[in-house]
Amino acid sequence: MAEIYVDVRGETCPVPLVEMRKAVRKAQPGDVIEITGNNAASKKEIPMAADALSLAVISIEEQDSTWTIKIQK
Amino acid sequence: MADKTTIIVQSGDMDKLYSALIVSNGSLAMGMEVSLYFTFWGLLRLKKGGLEKGPLSKMHFLGLGKKMMLGRMKKNNVASLERLMADFKELGGKIIACEMTMDIMGLKREDLIEDIIDDYGAVGTYIQEARHSAITLFI
Repeated sequence: MAEIYVDVRGETCPVPLVEMRKAVRKAQPGDVIEITGNNAASKKEIPMAADALSLAVISIEEQDSTWTIKIQK
Repeated sequence: MADKTTIIVQSGDMDKLYSALIVSNGSLAMGMEVSLYFTFWGLLRLKKGGLEKGPLSKMHFLGLGKKMMLGRMKKNNVASLERLMADFKELGGKIIACEMTMDIMGLKREDLIEDIIDDYGAVGTYIQEARHSAITLFI
């Protein structure tokens, strides 16, 4: 089980979603993907996408408008 | 209804190509399949070196408006059309080129960016894609 980090700080629609998807495609079942960014809409939409892809959202944290979302494949 | 998005890209305008590719990449990111059917002015964007050449649909002002818009987009870190297209292909998006438009415009396959085009077809190809799509758009 690996941890994969995706940094999309500074990126805007649709890049955070796309980079999350690319990482998920490359991950093995059980891997945890940690995405960090600061695009406000993506904080809502990455969990939506995880749900659509039947992936578990482990945690969502935010500090000073920078959020970190962990999902598991 | 299958989880699929099918878009007719009829416009060759830069901003409309952005709309098409952003909806497409969002669909792919959220686990859907996507087919883009490029026809008429849209097909010109598939010419070699043509992807970024489209005018702005409004306030183009002989290219000045487009230049200003691109400046503002860069400032806001919006991805280029080249980048969006590369992501689209990496996530498995499909591109269909309209053969009738190729005939009208006198375009041969070698005039187009062949390595990103999955299929060449007519209306029947589009219908086969669209009839099983939950989202269909004409841009």
